[in-house]
Amino acid sequence: MADTAAPMEAGIETVDRPGLLQRLFFHNLPAKIAALPMVATVLVVFVGCTIWTVYYSFTNSKLLPTGKFVGFDQYERLFATSRWNVSVWNLVLYGSMSLVFTLVIGFLLAVLIDQKIRFESAFRTIMLYPFALSFIVTGLVWQWIMNPTLGLQGTLRNLGWTNFSFDWIANPRMVLFAMLIAGLWHGTGFCMVLMLAGLRGVDDEVWKAARVDGIPTWRTYISIVIPMMRGVLITAIVILGSGVVRLYDLVVALTNGGPGISSEVPAKYVFNYMFSGGNIGQGLAAATMMLLTVLIIMVPWAYLEFGGKGKRT
Amino acid sequence: MSQTATMAGSAPATSGEVVEARGPRPKPFFTPRKIVIYSVLFFFSLYYLFPLYVMVVTSLKTMPEIRFGNIFALPQAPNFDAWVKAWSSACTGLNCQGLSPGFWNSVKITIPSTIVSIFIAAVNGYALINWRFKGSEIFFAILIFGSFIPYQVMLYPLVMITREMKIFGTLQAVILIHTVFGMPILTLLFRNYFASLPQELFKAARVDGAGFWRIFFEIMLPMSLPIFVVALILQITGIWNDFLFGVVFAGTQNAPMTVQLNNIVNSAQGTPEYNVNMAATVLTGLVPLAVYFISGKWFVRGIAAGAVKG
Repeated sequence: MADTAAPMEAGIETVDRPGLLQRLFFHNLPAKIAALPMVATVLVVFVGCTIWTVYYSFTNSKLLPTGKFVGFDQYERLFATSRWNVSVWNLVLYGSMSLVFTLVIGFLLAVLIDQKIRFESAFRTIMLYPFALSFIVTGLVWQWIMNPTLGLQGTLRNLGWTNFSFDWIANPRMVLFAMLIAGLWHGTGFCMVLMLAGLRGVDDEVWKAARVDGIPTWRTYISIVIPMMRGVLITAIVILGSGVVRLYDLVVALTNGGPGISSEVPAKYVFNYMFSGGNIGQGLAAATMMLLTVLIIMVPWAYLEFGGKGKRT
Repeated sequence: MSQTATMAGSAPATSGEVVEARGPRPKPFFTPRKIVIYSVLFFFSLYYLFPLYVMVVTSLKTMPEIRFGNIFALPQAPNFDAWVKAWSSACTGLNCQGLSPGFWNSVKITIPSTIVSIFIAAVNGYALINWRFKGSEIFFAILIFGSFIPYQVMLYPLVMITREMKIFGTLQAVILIHTVFGMPILTLLFRNYFASLPQELFKAARVDGAGFWRIFFEIMLPMSLPIFVVALILQITGIWNDFLFGVVFAGTQNAPMTVQLNNIVNSAQGTPEYNVNMAATVLTGLVPLAVYFISGKWFVRGIAAGAVKG
C-alpha cells in the first residue's frame, strides 16, 4: 500500500543517478505540473495567507494593511471591546450547546432509526433535507416563524392562548436559544447520518454477545457501542466544532447580530472590521483569535489521530 | 432489544406473502416500545417539516391574510403573485429586479466552479495515489488540515491577491475561491476513491507505455463515475448555498442568489412583505432541494464521504 511502484519506474527511465535538483524537478514531471494547483493552494492560501494574517494582526493597519508593528495593541483593544467579548461569550455558549444537542439528538435519532423501523428512508429524508438548504434560507424561515407578532407567538395568542410567549428572537437573553433552534434544525440530520453510519458499522456479533450475556439494551449502547464509535464521534465533533467557529451566515440571516449586539459572533466581528469598519488590524487580530480557537480543537485531535506512529490514512 | 431480535427473525415472513405459521409468534405492530419510537420520530419529523410547510403556505397567501396572524392556516385562495414578485420585481435596496438576476448569477458561479474544482481535485487525487512525488503526502496533509482554518483568517489576503490579479469583484474571483476551498474535501474524496481501484490497472497501462494524462483520461476517468456524482452533488449544493464568498468576491453585479435573498428580506424598506420574502426563500432553496430529492442516497453517500475527512 505504502509502496507504489510507479514513481520508481519513472525514475529508472532517466539516465544513471540524476542529480538532486534534477530529481526534485524533472522526476515525475507531469504529476508535479498536475499538482501545481494543489501546491499553490497549500503554499499561498493555507500557509501564506494564514501567516500574513497573523503577522499583520500585530500592526496598526487601518484602511490599508500598511501599518507599523505595534505588538499586542490590537489584541488588547480587542479584549477591551464589549462587542468582541459578547461575541466570544456567545460563541462559547452557543457552540457548546449546539455541539451537545446536535450530538445527543443526532445519536438518539440514529438509534431510533436503527431499530428496524418502517418508513426508514422517509424519516431519513425528512431529517436530512434541511442540511441541503443554505444557512441563509434556514435563518430567514426561522426568523419568520419566530416573528413575535405574526409568527408562532402571535398565532397561538390569536388562537386563544393569550399568555403564550415565544419572542426569543427579540429577547437579548433568549436570542441564542432562537439561534439554537434554527441551527439544530439545519444540522441534526447530518449528525444523525454520521451516527447511523457508525451504528451500522458495529458488528452484529457484538449485539448478539451482549444479548447472550443479558446486558440491557441501553447499557449495551452506553458501555459497548458508543466506545466502539469513537472514530465517528471524534469526526463529528471536529466537523461540528470547526463549523461552529465559522458560524456567520446563520446569524446574518436570522438576527444580524441583534437585538443590539446580543447575538454577535466572532466571524461577524471579523467581517465587519475588515470590510465595513475600516480597521483591518483589528479584524485580523480577531481572525487570528478564531484561528487559535480552531487550533485548540484541532491539535489534540491531530495528535491523537496522527501522532505517535506518523501518518495513518 | 430482545424484541428486535425476534422481529428480525420473522422479517422475511412479514415482507413476503403469508406462509405457514412457523417460528415465534409474531408480535403485534403496536407494542409500547414501537409506539414510543414512532411518536418520537414523528415529533421530530414535525420539527423538520414545519418550516417547509410555513414557507410554502406563507408564500401562497396575500398580505392581509398574513396580517390576520395565523401561521398554520392554509391559504384561502392560493396564488403565485408573491412568487412572481419575488422572482421579478422585489427590491434589494434601489434596484427592483427581484431574485432572477441572483439566480442567473448563481448559475454562472456554480457551473464553472463545480467543473473546475472537481477536475482539479480529480487530477490531484490521481497524482497523489499513482504518481507520488517527494512531499506530495505532506502537501495533502496540510491541505486537509487547512480545510479547518476559518475562512475569515484567509479572507483579507485573498481579497488582496484577487485585486492584484485584477479579478476582484468578478465571476472569475468567486470561481477561483470556490476551487481553492473545495479542494481539500474533493481531493480527499478522489484520493480515497482512486486508492480503492486495483493498482494492476495502472501498472498495466504504464507497461503499455501510457503517460500521466493518457492513463487519467482513458482509464481513471471512465472508472470514476460514482465518485464524480458524489462530488457533483457536494459542490452544487455547497456552492449554491454559499454566502460569504459571494458577498466578498463576486461584486454587487454578480451577487449570487443567497446574497440577494438576504438583501431582499433583511434590508428592505417599508413594510415587510412576508409572502414575498417566503416565496424568495423557497425559490432560493429550490435548487439544492431538487438536487437532494433527485440524488437521494447519493447525497447521503456524499456526506458520509465528506465526513471521513482527516
